[in-house]
Amino acid sequence: MTDFFYLVPLALGLGLAGLAAFMWSLKSGQYDDLDGAAERILLDDSDKPIVPPRPDRA
Amino acid sequence: MSGCAPSVGLAAAAAEADRQRSAQAELLLASREVGNGLHQTDLSVPGIHCGACMKKIEGAIGAMAGVERARVNLSTRRVTIHWRADAAPPFVEALHCIGFDAHPYDAAAETEDGTLAGLIRALAVAGFAAGNIMLLSVSIWSGADAETRVLFHWISAAIALPALVYSGRVFFRSAWQSLRHGRTNMDVPISVGVLLAFGLSVYETIHHGPHAYFDAATTLLFFLLIGRTLDHLMRERARVAVKSLARLAARGALVQRPDGSSVYLPVREIAPGMTILLAAGERVPVDARVLRGQSEIDRSLVSGESLPQPAGSGCVLQAGTLNLTGPLTIVATVAADDSFLAEMMRMMEAAESGRSAYRRMADRAARMYAPVVHLTALLTFAGWMIATGDVHRAITVAIAVLIITCPCALALAVPMVQVVAARRLFEQGTMVKDGGALERLAEIDSVIFDKTGTLTLGQSHLVGGDDASRDGIAIARAVASHSRHPYSRALAAACRTDAAAPIVFDRVSEHPGSGVEAVAGTTTYRLGRAEWALSGSTSPQSAGAASVVLSKNGGYLAAFDFEDRLRPDARNAVETLAGSGLSVELLSGDREEPVRALATTLGIPHLARVSPGGKVAHIRAMTDAGRKPLMVGDGLNDAPALTAAYASMAPASAADVGRNAADLVFLRESLMAVPQAIAVARRAARLVRQNFALAIGYNVIAVPIAVFGYVTPLIAALAMSLSSLLVVANALRLGGMDRRRQNGGSPEGSIAALYGARGVAR
Repeated sequence: MTDFFYLVPLALGLGLAGLAAFMWSLKSGQYDDLDGAAERILLDDSDKPIVPPRPDRA
Repeated sequence: MSGCAPSVGLAAAAAEADRQRSAQAELLLASREVGNGLHQTDLSVPGIHCGACMKKIEGAIGAMAGVERARVNLSTRRVTIHWRADAAPPFVEALHCIGFDAHPYDAAAETEDGTLAGLIRALAVAGFAAGNIMLLSVSIWSGADAETRVLFHWISAAIALPALVYSGRVFFRSAWQSLRHGRTNMDVPISVGVLLAFGLSVYETIHHGPHAYFDAATTLLFFLLIGRTLDHLMRERARVAVKSLARLAARGALVQRPDGSSVYLPVREIAPGMTILLAAGERVPVDARVLRGQSEIDRSLVSGESLPQPAGSGCVLQAGTLNLTGPLTIVATVAADDSFLAEMMRMMEAAESGRSAYRRMADRAARMYAPVVHLTALLTFAGWMIATGDVHRAITVAIAVLIITCPCALALAVPMVQVVAARRLFEQGTMVKDGGALERLAEIDSVIFDKTGTLTLGQSHLVGGDDASRDGIAIARAVASHSRHPYSRALAAACRTDAAAPIVFDRVSEHPGSGVEAVAGTTTYRLGRAEWALSGSTSPQSAGAASVVLSKNGGYLAAFDFEDRLRPDARNAVETLAGSGLSVELLSGDREEPVRALATTLGIPHLARVSPGGKVAHIRAMTDAGRKPLMVGDGLNDAPALTAAYASMAPASAADVGRNAADLVFLRESLMAVPQAIAVARRAARLVRQNFALAIGYNVIAVPIAVFGYVTPLIAALAMSLSSLLVVANALRLGGMDRRRQNGGSPEGSIAALYGARGVAR
């Protein structure tokens, strides 16, 4: 029973970390151009997406 | 960018400069400020198809003065440019130089609602919750001791509550909206099921009961959100693809002020009485009268007339028509709100309100399903009360009935099929605006075609010309390459294969309304109307209305005939449609003769000279007679009819309004898109019915188990997942059986190919 006290939070924490990482990648525009991303690994330029300014932040 | 601009002759140089100025002003109008004096411009470039294109475009644009950075989006085929300058750098010309057609994309006008991003976030949260709760549930199902079970139930509740609040909002909100208006949709039984499952589980957890349905509640949400997200994705993709097509309506116009200066104003700000400088190749912004100048006007998109009409001083022009050859000075006669385009919009609104609202199949099913399910649960409660008198037991069983009948499979039955069908159509180059359109398309019983631009390509095409000598053709091509007139373009395009030594002219000038004159040494070539080109001498053959003569020093050299070309497969498509039991007819605004000629060729009944209102009236009459017509049209004059019809399709070359009004837009040239779309829609309808049968079959088995109180969370989870997977698998059959039969090309080719159509005419 005592094992649960660190195992369960650990499992949930890992899951939450994955969720947070996904949310971050979504927000930073990494899913806006999936076809382009596949091609861009072959180009050696700087590689930052242009994040469109959202109306609520602008 | 003079290096790659076609040399149009000295006389036209000023007009060309005018055109470029207004193109630049249009670009500025389409861009927006993003702060710090930085402007953002979005261009749609349909020709992008690989990594090399991206590098080339980003390199070329990035090197321009004033450009901060440029970024290509390969998925949407767009370029986003951040620039800092007083006037917009000539992006379109720069892209044209490296071989890409581009046009401004109005990113600012786009209603960025963020629904899709919201759905994906909700999906991620539901997925996280469902996965983790399922892990805990597995250990409970495998027989964890009571102490551990209670602990895990509490942890599950802690995960499920935020997930339900965050991800379930989509359904709760829609269900609430629907209930408030006294209706039910599929979201009502879903919301009731999920909320009751959660409520019962919390109660059980507090009282240390053995059964909690947290996993069922969250898994259900996860599955349903997958369906909903895919559904939204499909519509979003169609919307973006349609939006990326070239804008055919004028965004603004170069207005001449009384003091002689000129300024580029958006269409909205143009008032009656203003003088507008209209360059060749531009569209008329508002209804206007010609003040000065000679030109030809292409009215095909507005009225369906296939031949260009001459325009001189005093002529009245309708908004949306295209000025072909010479610059015109025109006076606006009405404001934008009163022009032809606005008139069409009003007719569309009237047609929309006159049409009875279509109820989606899923909603119709929900209307029958929800009361039955809720009544069953109530009867179960009553039955257990009478049988045992145990309130807790009766409520538990009744809620179990609601959980097990929660219409997961039913809610997936329709969207999954429609997503797969839309994907099939997308690969064939046809965009579906929404799922309801597919359902309606499957039910149509007659097809009405427009002529110009729909059955035909709306482009002039060289016919004959075989009698002309090789030299004649080479000269004609060389002369024609200096003009924007559709006949010249057709001539230049048709003779491209003949590799002859390039002919250099000393001087080329365009005479609007007559033709093109080219001088080489002492010889003068004229390409144009017979009476102008032949100057006095008579031609050896009588030239028809649609023919062009090439002359050398006033003497006849060759004659060329043109006609509006039939869309590839038009005959085939019409025959396929008629063969599948649909009645096909032709409804056009063009003159009687060309319409009759075309109708006879295709063997279908026709009506010519039909006004936009006439088309709507015709469709209304059909609908009143109980028919379900599909309207296929492209012109501005078709837009109200597209709205009035039971279902509608438009080619990618259609007027903006028509494209927005149509349920489906096809990007390829071939008219086979119409029978193909109908076939896919009918197959989808059949699969939807099968899915309904599967979902109902599941309930027939599961409900008795639930009513007699044998449902445990394990059985609920298994039954729900299995029925959902079954429905999804059945939907996927649509993609499979189609792919084996025919191998469609990729949508990329068609999006790029569409540029052969009207995009050039901008």
